[in-house]
Amino acid sequence: MPLLRGWRRQGVFFSDMIDESLRELYQEVILDHSKHPRHFGPLDHATHNADGLNPLCGDRISVHLKLDGDGRIADIAFEGKGCAISQASASLMTDMLKGRSTAEAEKLMDGFLHLVKGEEGVTGLADDDLETLQVMAGVSAFPMRVKCATLAWHTMKSALEGSGAPAKSE
Amino acid sequence: MSFVPPLEDFPILSKPVNGRRLAYLDSAASAQKPKAVLDAMTAFATSEFANVHRGVHRLAAVATQRYEEARVAVQQFLNAKHSDEIIFTKGGTEALNLVSYAFLSPRISAGDEIVLTKMEHHSNIVPWHFMRERKRAVLKWVELREDGSINPPAVAAQITPKTKLLAIAHMSNVLGTVNPLKEIIQIAHAKGVPVVVDGCQGAVHEKVDVQDLDADFYAFTGHKLYGPTGIGALYGKRALLKTMRPFNGGGEMIAEVAEDKVTYAEPPHRFEAGTPPIIEAVGLAAAIKYLNGFDRAAIKAHELELYQYARKEIGRFKWVRVIGEAEDKGAILSFETTGMHAHDVATILDGEGVAVRAGHHCAQVLMERFGVASTTRASFGLYNTREDVDALIAGLEKARSILL
Repeated sequence: MPLLRGWRRQGVFFSDMIDESLRELYQEVILDHSKHPRHFGPLDHATHNADGLNPLCGDRISVHLKLDGDGRIADIAFEGKGCAISQASASLMTDMLKGRSTAEAEKLMDGFLHLVKGEEGVTGLADDDLETLQVMAGVSAFPMRVKCATLAWHTMKSALEGSGAPAKSE
Repeated sequence: MSFVPPLEDFPILSKPVNGRRLAYLDSAASAQKPKAVLDAMTAFATSEFANVHRGVHRLAAVATQRYEEARVAVQQFLNAKHSDEIIFTKGGTEALNLVSYAFLSPRISAGDEIVLTKMEHHSNIVPWHFMRERKRAVLKWVELREDGSINPPAVAAQITPKTKLLAIAHMSNVLGTVNPLKEIIQIAHAKGVPVVVDGCQGAVHEKVDVQDLDADFYAFTGHKLYGPTGIGALYGKRALLKTMRPFNGGGEMIAEVAEDKVTYAEPPHRFEAGTPPIIEAVGLAAAIKYLNGFDRAAIKAHELELYQYARKEIGRFKWVRVIGEAEDKGAILSFETTGMHAHDVATILDGEGVAVRAGHHCAQVLMERFGVASTTRASFGLYNTREDVDALIAGLEKARSILL
């Protein structure tokens, strides 16, 4: 696990690095999304729904979306309770996916999942999408928290796939 | 304060985490291991190891002796009457599952009841859910007072002629509540109900005397007791163990195996199928010996002093709500932080070198009872100091400044 390499290094320098990682993780955009989540609440006439559960912490999320005749996400919403990371990630996701085609949404979801796991070479995303997603990239420095960030996205995936089975945070 | 934390015994504590001094406040999840335990395991594995109860060679004899000495160490630790009342398991969870499968399952049928409390850890809930699912048994829950304590008459109220077992924690892993076990066991016994005690926390912080308690079963784990992972023990009254069928099948637990017939060994070996955790048993015995080298009442007083200090300091924060304020409680501090999720708090504390647990603590029924999804938990061990509490409090202030 490359993320854990040198995690125990001594000295002020390393604790400053951690501090910086924490500030990146809890940057203004993230905190703003978590305190004022967008598209939060139920959605009338939703065509797709899914529930997600992170069994590690017990956090739950429900996502709702309405696809129009062309397979576009005409409307989207989420409900649930969780940590700042999971709430911000869900809020950001709804912001990004609204108005997209399901094919675009799939691409964004895959890109996001690669990004927060700290995997190199995320491709196929528009520059401004990548930039928006980048605010969540700080999570990759905290392996124990990646699942908080991915829960909403996995749940969205299972809503789109219409499997109806509750999503897990993996 | 007479007790001086023996920090030098715990090598891990002097190693920085995230570049900071480690304040390890997660002993209720698992305690750190003193050098005495690690050394005992290494010494045994280096010069005395072989499988137990099998070979006739010298090492087999020595290893068997060490393993059985460990059983006696556990017997004395719990003040059990006989060493054959101690079954080695891989932990507290397996010990409780053993009671579910080997004791309760043959004795319970549809509509029968199991009484348990709302403070139980999942390991003392799920094995009883198995009985609900498989035997259509009914689970009955003892409500908690607002301070997280149990009112013994509330236990009595849940017991009916259909009750087949009472399952109860000695000490709550979230609230720290220490239950009045002796009184509760008397209540259950007066109604003819056997009692299984989850002692995973209790055995660490309280002096246990299973004979005085008159517990029918008492389960605990090694790794919370400054011992190794992979080992725990179940105490069971000899008369009960003798009536129980085996749990797992395999080597060591048989008397005789033929093509069309099998007979079983006597307890405790009947319940120890396969090669047991031998090195871990030696480690557990070393942990018990290590603990016995201190005045355990002084350890408890030390931990409680730290708890009270932390409780007072955290009380300054209007945005903190402490859960679990029973009069009789051990050194576990669980709290909710307004506007901040426990996981975010724990991540920031970690950056400060402060290791705490955040989440539901494998006690979701309890969390539901107190209307919280998750809490942050600081739990204390014999090696903690006021410095650890100071780091926690400073870390919380930092979390507040970052998150809000």
